[in-house]
Amino acid sequence: MKICVCVKQVPDSWAEKKLTAADSTLDRAAADRVVNELDEYAVEEALRIVEAGEGEVTILSMGPDEAADSVRKAISMGAHAGIHISDPALHGSDALATSLVLAKALEGRGFDLIMFGSESTDARMSVVPAMVSARLGLPQMTFANKVEVSGSNLTIHRVTDYGYDEVQSSLPAVVSVVEKTNEPRYPSFKNIMAAKKAPMETLSLADIGLDAAAVGLANAWSEVKDFAERPAKAKGTVITDEGNGAEKIEEFLVTQKFI
Amino acid sequence: MSEVLVLIEHSEGNIKKVSLELLAMAAGIGEPSAVFVGPGADAAIATLGDHGAKTVYVADGQAFLDHVVVPTVDVLAKLVAEKSPAAVLIPSSADGKEIAGRLAVAIDSGVITDAVAVSADVVATQNVFGGATIVHSRVSKGTPVITVRTNSIAPVQSGGSATRVDVAAEVSAAAGATKVVNRVSVQKSGRPDLSEAAIVVSGGRGVGSDEGFASVIEPLADSLGAAVGASRAATDAGWYPHQFQVGQTGKTVSPQLYVANGISGAIQHRAGMQTSKTVVVVNKDADAPIFDLADFGVVGDLHSVVPDLTARVNARK
Repeated sequence: MKICVCVKQVPDSWAEKKLTAADSTLDRAAADRVVNELDEYAVEEALRIVEAGEGEVTILSMGPDEAADSVRKAISMGAHAGIHISDPALHGSDALATSLVLAKALEGRGFDLIMFGSESTDARMSVVPAMVSARLGLPQMTFANKVEVSGSNLTIHRVTDYGYDEVQSSLPAVVSVVEKTNEPRYPSFKNIMAAKKAPMETLSLADIGLDAAAVGLANAWSEVKDFAERPAKAKGTVITDEGNGAEKIEEFLVTQKFI
Repeated sequence: MSEVLVLIEHSEGNIKKVSLELLAMAAGIGEPSAVFVGPGADAAIATLGDHGAKTVYVADGQAFLDHVVVPTVDVLAKLVAEKSPAAVLIPSSADGKEIAGRLAVAIDSGVITDAVAVSADVVATQNVFGGATIVHSRVSKGTPVITVRTNSIAPVQSGGSATRVDVAAEVSAAAGATKVVNRVSVQKSGRPDLSEAAIVVSGGRGVGSDEGFASVIEPLADSLGAAVGASRAATDAGWYPHQFQVGQTGKTVSPQLYVANGISGAIQHRAGMQTSKTVVVVNKDADAPIFDLADFGVVGDLHSVVPDLTARVNARK
């Protein structure tokens, strides 16, 4: 079983995030950079699948030079190898370009499962796994909170508004897992040391056979016209409860016509 | 006037409110055309017409129940090719975003997710980073595919009627690659859906226990006809199920009224609720950052204030 888990380096989800004034892209220097926490569930799920049988887990990430740290970090959970796609031309790539790059990098490598977290905590679009599935022509087995591999068959529980759908496909397939699917492990000292020596491919756009004109900010399928910080909210009324707190809230809800 | 395709989200013909909101939004761009896939169109067409749809494209069949996402994408891609619409509007649900993403790939067009407004010239407004930043963006290649959040615009009853146009639905190889073998419903609370609710009553660390949610938070929610939400601290502690988590990870809500009880208001939580129209806060800690968002706040113990409030709301009925 060969599994590839795609991870994204994002600003810490507990930090304030900003866009840069220069080109309206994410200000990556404004906050600590971490592995997208939802991707950790995908790494954990992949490790559990190979540990229950056999196989290897490869971590793939597209991102600037610093993203190599996130690939190593994800490997240190117990994965075996890493692929980092880094190219100055990728700056400002949108989801369509990102999915194109990931699909190109994955093509022909013979992965049985390509796994993702269900969204990134910065862009929160939740579209890249579906796009990669479309580009590779592989079954889209997304929003899973349970993943079961049996031979060359895959069954997931796809989370829905009403509960879940049990969905089946053959392998290879593209899977995304939702938050709380499992309890991601902390890297052990042994695995942290091993991750430093794990094989890592660093690839440019040319290495994966893509032209710079297909990606990046200037070639994106959408563009930011302008952006602004939300103005601070006008200070509301705050009172201290002296036994009348509920009564005061009731009055407020009445004046606002909620009750 | 160009058509604007609106994907109708429904459950066996019961139209979700967001679909009617999108028809109102589409009317500001061009001529709204509803796209209804799966069973149940007969009962829905009059309602869609009454809310501004001039045409309802209907693609019925078992395929939409048997396979995930892709059959809907196939129908939309075919309609985009035939009708050259000004835009495609899709509800910003989990399914909706995936449909939008695949559609964008299929028709080689740009996609914008989580818009809260779309102008006549198809510029989308998004509240990103949990609402801290307001972005205006537009699709620069192909037919704009835009997913729109619930509660972004009020539905408009126009009193019109729609023409039904049936669209053949075939199961492509990509659609057939996944098969839904079982549909499992979890027990419904009877409360409104968290992401659609007009009022959300939320609890955090200050609630203290699962019992606190059952005896303090849920009764207030029920008195107001509200959905229940929870902060990450509360779901991580196991006091309330994870699917009700509001925040940076979890659900993003934008209700008319958000009542935050015992929630400090870390960025993790604010990111999921700070675009709520009106915010009421109950918290013991006067310095809690959640008070910065409050239209009305009470510094006090939620365990006394909230039950008192619940009794008062119930007494008014």
